[in-house]
Amino acid sequence: MNKNRVQVLSIPYILWVIGFTVIPLIFVVAKAATNAEGDFTFEYLLAIFDPVHRKALLLSVCLAFISSVICVLISYPAALILKSAKFKDTKIIMFIMILPMWMNFILRILAIQLLISKNGVINHLLSVLHLGQIDIINTPIAIVIGMVYDYLPYMLLPVLNCVLAIPDDIIEAGKDLGAGKFHVLTKILIPLSLSGIGSGITMVFVPSMTEFVIANILGGGKIQLLGNIIEQEFSVSMNWNLGSGLSLTLMIFVLITTLLFGRNSANNRNFVL
Amino acid sequence: MSKKLIELKNISKSFGSNLVLDELDLYIRENEFVTLLGPSGCGKTTILRIIGGFETPDIGSVYFDGVDITKLSPNERQLNTVFQKYALFTHMTVAENIAFGLRLKKKSDSYIKDKIKYALDLVNLPGYEDRYPDSLSGGQQQRIAIARAIVNEPKVLLLDEPLGALDLKLRQEMQYELIRLKNELGITFIYVTHDQEEALTMSDTIVVMNQGYIQQIGTPESIYNEPTNAFVADFIGESNIIDGIMVRDRLVNIGGLDFECVDEGFGKNEPVDVVIRPEDVELGSPEGGHTTGTVTSIIFKGVHYEIQVESAIGINFMVQTTQNFPVGSFVGINVIPDNFQIMHKPQSEDEEILNIEDIPLKE
Ligand SMILES: Nc1ncnc2c1ncn2[C@@H]1O[C@H](COP(=O)(O)OP(=O)(O)O)[C@@H](O)[C@H]1O
Ligand SMILES: [Mg+2]
Repeated sequence: MNKNRVQVLSIPYILWVIGFTVIPLIFVVAKAATNAEGDFTFEYLLAIFDPVHRKALLLSVCLAFISSVICVLISYPAALILKSAKFKDTKIIMFIMILPMWMNFILRILAIQLLISKNGVINHLLSVLHLGQIDIINTPIAIVIGMVYDYLPYMLLPVLNCVLAIPDDIIEAGKDLGAGKFHVLTKILIPLSLSGIGSGITMVFVPSMTEFVIANILGGGKIQLLGNIIEQEFSVSMNWNLGSGLSLTLMIFVLITTLLFGRNSANNRNFVL
Repeated sequence: MSKKLIELKNISKSFGSNLVLDELDLYIRENEFVTLLGPSGCGKTTILRIIGGFETPDIGSVYFDGVDITKLSPNERQLNTVFQKYALFTHMTVAENIAFGLRLKKKSDSYIKDKIKYALDLVNLPGYEDRYPDSLSGGQQQRIAIARAIVNEPKVLLLDEPLGALDLKLRQEMQYELIRLKNELGITFIYVTHDQEEALTMSDTIVVMNQGYIQQIGTPESIYNEPTNAFVADFIGESNIIDGIMVRDRLVNIGGLDFECVDEGFGKNEPVDVVIRPEDVELGSPEGGHTTGTVTSIIFKGVHYEIQVESAIGINFMVQTTQNFPVGSFVGINVIPDNFQIMHKPQSEDEEILNIEDIPLKE
């Protein structure tokens, strides 16, 4: 292809980026940096330091972090088991794992709600078995469960890809040089999986940070993540300036974490979704 | 003769229904350079992996220095492996790769540093400590893999087609390096290859295998000059393998004509395979020949010509000679008695010469 053709073909994408990324971003920045009268102000950019907002941000970061860690703790052993079991067709297993992603996201969260609510399926079962009750709906725990359930495939896939790509002979070389199971894990498998874990963390942490739907449904509106506050500013309070200011702060936070974990995922060549 | 260091006794191994090794016995002496040689898929790697501890035999035992090590895991064995695809730790520098085994053994930093330097000098890559494997050529990576293995001072080094991925020139260079290394280290090398030239160049002892069975064990000279069956003769270098009948001791009949040979102890009139190496067939004037023939093709091969001769006794000889005989020449054919190698007919499929369709596709 000659250079002109390439340039012509890239026009739709450039228009897309301008229309749906650059211009909205300019609007957000403009709104965030002005007040209702249109005058320049730092008020909304610094609104994150308001105790309510600060608490919401902290909770968002905490829950996103906990969800990411739980996703790693589930995915990594699963990947190791899949690798050592030497299943003929890991593709099928990966397919089964990502199958829930094909169902509507809200539906999945509603299903979780149905399971863990006060009169839900789990409590029903527990009472039949006389095993007491769980009371986690409308708590941060419920939100974490929802986030883990929803975002686990985004962790599983890159981690699995990465672990399966580690050549067997490297592991054998480690054993050959005297490494037992523990040292094979700590000195070879984990270091060689960091890129996949990094990708996974980015892909779980970022949407968890900005989450508000899960918090609405499983938190019963009682738990305020930064995402919920932003949503309310836009749809209820109609304070778009404050909403934009908080959004921008959240974006910067997301950017920082992406840079932190993305450094590893950049050299993950096997990453496929 | 030095003592037996490794002994495989009555080893059998199957993968599913595929019987790869069948009651195999083999011993390896201390400080020997032993090569397992055979076509792809004959079970060489499986033997090496059983010695290394990466596979467990279904039956049979592995002895190391008289001790049964069959059940020990690889990290408990006093041997190290150089893998075919180098298997370097890509997340570590060259120095960290080499230090891997020593750190696990909790050696001191200064000891490790000295060892790294010593090993890198030994494989001719001084100063490469801080490089990453990805930034090295195939040959360099292979040297690092060797350095990483030998710093652990194993009694035995296992090498699985270590030069397979290198180009011809580098491969030849590395062959000499490996011989030098073996002599400097004074340890046992067990080397796997399907390349007969490599085996002949480097080994003290060659173990020729086919279909999981050992065909012959011997020095490179004895394997080349006195192959025990048609498979070995055919696999080690080119040869004429001809049907013959042993008339009596030291006399073999080929195509109705009697030839003197040096072999004894065959049955009277026993059908045999007669092996004649192409360089042992002498062409000359028709008058002086034991039999005669006509040149049907001649190809220049560099050092020699390769000539096909259709002989009066109905046998097509392949001949290697430095003399030029144009196509159509009428020539005399002689072979001195020493150069006939007489063998019993194959008793089983694995002793027969290799057909192209027998060779499994490489993984
Ligand atoms: N892990 C395995 N699973 C199944 N079959 C195997 C395995 N390893 C080797 N084989 C089979 O065993 C036979 C011998 O293999 P191998 O020892 O690798 O031969 P070589 O090294 O001589 O080429 C081949 O038919 C191969 O397909
Ligand atoms: Mg092999």
